[in-house]
Amino acid sequence: MEVAPPKGRSGGAAWGLWLARRLGLAVLTLWLVSVVVFLATAALGDPVRAILGRDYDSNVARRQQLEAQLGVGDSIVSRYVDWLGGLVRGDFGTSLANQLPVGTQISSTVANTLVLVLLSALVMIPLAFGIAMVSAHYRRKRPDTVIQTILLALAGVPEFVTGILLVAVFSTSVFNVLPAVTLVAPGASPWDEPKGMVLPVATLVVAVTPYVSRIVRATLLEVLDSDYVELARLKGIPEPVVMRKHALLNAIVPGIQVIALQLAWLAGGVVLVETLFSYPGVGKQLVDAVRNHDVPVVQALSMIIAGVYIVVNLVADLLSILLTPRARTAISS
Amino acid sequence: MTTTTSESEHQVRRTAGLVIEGLGVSLTGSHVDVVDDIDLVLKPGEVVGLVGESGSGKTTVGTSLLAYSRAGAEISSGKVVLEDRDVLSLPWKEVRKLRGEEIAYVPQDPASALNPSIRIGKQLVELQQLRGIGTSESRLQAARDGLTEVGLPSDDEFLRRYAHQLSGGQVQRVALAMAFLPKPKVLVLDEPTTGLDVTTQKMVLDTMAELCRTYGVSALYVTHDLAVVANIADRVAVMYAGQIAELGPRDTIFANPSHPYTRALLDSIPHLSQARALKGIPGRTPSPGRRPDGCRFNDRCAFVVDRCRTEVPALRTVAPEHEVRCHRVGEIGTWDINIGTVPDADPDRPREVILSVEGLNVFYGRKQVVHDVTFDLAKGEVVALVGESGSGKTTISRSVGGLHKEWTGSLTFEGRELARSARQRSAEDRRRMQYIFQNPYLSLNPRLTIEQIIKRPMELFGLAKGKEATDRVVELMGQVALGPQMLHYQASRLSGGERQRVAIARALAAEPDVMICDEITSALDVSVQGSIVELLEGLRLERGISMLFVTHNLALVRSIAARVEILQAGSVVESGPVATVMDTPREEYTRTLLSNSPRID
Ligand SMILES: Nc1ncnc2c1ncn2[C@@H]1O[C@H](COP(=O)(O)OP(=O)(O)OP(=O)(O)O)[C@@H](O)[C@H]1O
Ligand code: SF4
Ligand SMILES: [Mg+2]
Repeated sequence: MEVAPPKGRSGGAAWGLWLARRLGLAVLTLWLVSVVVFLATAALGDPVRAILGRDYDSNVARRQQLEAQLGVGDSIVSRYVDWLGGLVRGDFGTSLANQLPVGTQISSTVANTLVLVLLSALVMIPLAFGIAMVSAHYRRKRPDTVIQTILLALAGVPEFVTGILLVAVFSTSVFNVLPAVTLVAPGASPWDEPKGMVLPVATLVVAVTPYVSRIVRATLLEVLDSDYVELARLKGIPEPVVMRKHALLNAIVPGIQVIALQLAWLAGGVVLVETLFSYPGVGKQLVDAVRNHDVPVVQALSMIIAGVYIVVNLVADLLSILLTPRARTAISS
Repeated sequence: MTTTTSESEHQVRRTAGLVIEGLGVSLTGSHVDVVDDIDLVLKPGEVVGLVGESGSGKTTVGTSLLAYSRAGAEISSGKVVLEDRDVLSLPWKEVRKLRGEEIAYVPQDPASALNPSIRIGKQLVELQQLRGIGTSESRLQAARDGLTEVGLPSDDEFLRRYAHQLSGGQVQRVALAMAFLPKPKVLVLDEPTTGLDVTTQKMVLDTMAELCRTYGVSALYVTHDLAVVANIADRVAVMYAGQIAELGPRDTIFANPSHPYTRALLDSIPHLSQARALKGIPGRTPSPGRRPDGCRFNDRCAFVVDRCRTEVPALRTVAPEHEVRCHRVGEIGTWDINIGTVPDADPDRPREVILSVEGLNVFYGRKQVVHDVTFDLAKGEVVALVGESGSGKTTISRSVGGLHKEWTGSLTFEGRELARSARQRSAEDRRRMQYIFQNPYLSLNPRLTIEQIIKRPMELFGLAKGKEATDRVVELMGQVALGPQMLHYQASRLSGGERQRVAIARALAAEPDVMICDEITSALDVSVQGSIVELLEGLRLERGISMLFVTHNLALVRSIAARVEILQAGSVVESGPVATVMDTPREEYTRTLLSNSPRID
C-alpha cells in the first residue's frame, strides 16, 4: 500500500522527457496546420487572376511578375517546400498587395493584437475568479442568482452588440468620454493613446468573462462540498482562508483550461472587435488580406494564430500539471 | 521542573466534558427534523460510541457539536455546553476559535478528507499558523511529534507528501494527528476506520484510545458497527431515525440490550468464536420526513403492537444510566448473545471438488503479486480468501473469474482446464461462473431499470426471453428480498444494500454453479451485511451454489465459510476448515489477524 514518494533528482529527467514529447507534438501539429493552411490558400483559385481581375489580360507585364513571385508554374509540392523553408527561416514572403516583406508588415499588427489580448486577459482572469468566488460564497442565495442571471444574459449577447452598446454609452450620446475608434498615427502604437484601448478591451472582457466565471463557480461549488473543505471548516479555518487556500487551489485547474480555450479564441476571434473599433490588429489585417487576395499575408497570419493557439494550450497543460500534485508526482516518479 | 509540570498536565488535565441538551437539526426552510431530542453527556476522558445504520443521523449529531451543519440543514434547537458555554449560541468568531482548539473532528472518509493540493506537513500546522500559535519551528516540531504519536514517520520527506501518496490507514492517522495537535478537550470521530483492514483499524483505534487517555479528552465515536464500539467505548448510544433509541454503559448494552433495534443490530453481527445464522433487519432506515408516526421503528420491529403505531415512546430510564425508547421495554424477554449461533461448518464433510486452483502466480506487468497459490472449492461450499489490504485477495479472485489474464498456473473447473481470460472461455463456462463486485454503486448502470439489469444475463446466455424472462426476474427479486414494485425502478434510486441485492440477482439470473464475491458487504451497514449473508446461505443450501468469498472480516468468515485461506503478501500462509484455523491457528500471522479483529463475544 505504501506509495513511492516523488523522486527528487531523477524527476528532472522525467520532466525533460515529458516536455520534449509535448514540444514534439506541438511542432507536429504546427506542421499539419501548415499543410492545411497551404492547401486551403492554394485551393482559393488562381490568385493572379483574382488579384488582377479585369487587368489579367491587358497588363501582361504585371501578370508575369506576379506569376514569377508566386511560382505559379512550379508544382504545388515544390511551392509548399519553398514556403515552409521560408517559414522555418522566419521569412514569410512578400506581400502581393504592396511588395513589402510580410514579416515587417505584420509584426506591428501582431504586437497590437497580443497587447489587446493580454490586457483583456489581465483584466478578465481576476475579474472572473472574483465573481466566481463571490457567487460561490452566496451559493443559491440572492446575490448568486443575480450574478448568474447577468452572466447568462451576457454570454448570450454577441460581442459586436456588446461593442456597439459600449460605444453608444461611452462615446456618443450618454457620456462621450471614450473614443469610439482607435486612431493610430503612422509609426505609433495603439497604447500610446490608452483611452482608445478601453472600449476594445472592455468588449473582449465582457465577451469572455461569463464563460470563465461560470465554469470556475461550478468547480468551486463542487470543491466547497468536498470532505476536505468540510474538514477545514470544522478545523476552525476562517471562511475566507477556506475559500482562498482550500477551495480555490483545487478549482484553479479547470479554470486554467477554460481560460486557455478562451484566450485561444481571443487570438483568432478578435476580428469583429478589431473591425468594430478599427483597431490595427491581426483580425483587421486578416480581413483586408483576404479581401485583397494577398495570399502570403493570409498564410502568415493563419500560421501565427495557429501558433498562439498551440502555445497557449501547451502552457495551460503545463500549468495544470504543475498545480495538480497527483499529476505532477506521476510524471516525476 | 518543566518536565514535572508537563507530566502532571498530562496526567491530571481535567476537562469538564460536554453536555448535549435537546439538540435538533432540521432541513432548512422546513420543519422536517433530521435529528431531534438528542440528550447526551460526554464525561471527561470518556469515549461514547454513537451507533446506527446509515442515514440514522450520526454524522449530523457529530458535526452539531462543532455548531456545524451541512448545506441544506440547520441546527434548530438545543444546547451543546462546554465548560459553561453553549457552543450553539456563541458568536461566530468564538465558534471558529473553539473548533479545532477545543473540539476537534476526524472525518468519515479517509480518502477524501485531506486537501489533495496541500502537503501533509502544511495541513498539519495550518491551524496553528493561522492562529499564530508558537513559532514556525515549534509548530513543525509539534507536527513531527504528532505524527510519531500516531505511529507515522515524521521526517521531511513524509511531511512533504501529498494525500495521494499515503495509504488509507496513513491518511486516517494523519487526520487523527491533525485533530490532536491543538490538544482539544473533545473529539468527534466519524467512522474513522471505514474501509480500513483490521490491522490498520486496530492501530487507529488503539492510537485514539491512547491519546484520549493521555490527554483526558472526551470522544464521540460514530460508527455503524457495534463490534467496533465494543472494544473502545465506555458508553454506547444507539441511534435510529434521528433519535437516540437506547443509551447505556457498554457492558449493559451488550449484556442486556433492551431496545428491539439494538437487539436486531446485535443479531446481525458475526462472532469470531462461533458461527451464527446472521439476520438482517427488514426494510431500511426512513429518511427525514418519511418517518412513521408513533415509534419510528414500528415498521421494522419484530415486537410491534398497535400502541406503537400511534403513541410516541419517550426515552425512559430503566436502570441507572440505562435509557430506552420503547413502549414494550421489559415485556420482550431477555436477550442472549448466543441466540442464533449454529454449529460451525463440519470439517469432515465429504467434498466434491468443482473448481481447483494450482500454483497460481499473478503479475501486474513485471511485478508478481501472487505467489504459487493452491486451493480448491467443492460443490455447495463457501471458501473464504482472507487477508489485509494489498495481500492479493481481489487479484486472485479476478484471475479465477477471468477478469485479469496475466497469470500462470492451472485452473480446472469440473476437471477441465479453463482459459486465462473470460473472453477465451466458452459461453457455458462464463455462465456457470459469476462475479460480484465490491462496490454496488459502480457495478450497476444507474440509468437502467432493475428489470433490464437482471434480464440481461438471461438474454445473453439465451436462458429466457420476453414474458418468461420477466417472470424469472420477479422470482429472482423475491429470492433476494426485493419487492416486484421495484421492477421498473432505476438503479440510481436504490440504497447500497438494495443495489448489492440486484447485483446478486443478476448473477443468479445466469444460473451459476460458482459465484465469486469480492468484499460484497464491506461498503454496507452491518445490518444489511446480515441480510445479504442470510440470503447467500439460503442460496447455497437450496441450490448448492459454491462461493469464493473475498473479505478482510474474519468474524464474517466464521459464519459464512466452510474453509478459509489466509493470505499474506500474495501467498497462502494458512488454510483449512474455518473452525480449525480460527480455534487453533498455527501461524503467528493468523493469530495477529484474529487478535486485531473487533469482537463482541
Ligand atoms: N443537509 C442535508 N440536506 C438534506 N438531507 C440531509 C442533510 N443532512 C442530512 N440529511 C439526511 O438526514 C439523514 C441523516 O444523515 P446523516 O449523514 O447524519 O446520517 P449518518 O447516520 O451519518 O449516515 P452514514 O452512516 O451513511 O454516514 C439522511 O437521510 C440524510 O440524507
Ligand atoms: S415501541 Fe413498539 S415498535 Fe417501537 S421498538 Fe418498542 S416494541 Fe418496537
Ligand atoms: Mg455519517
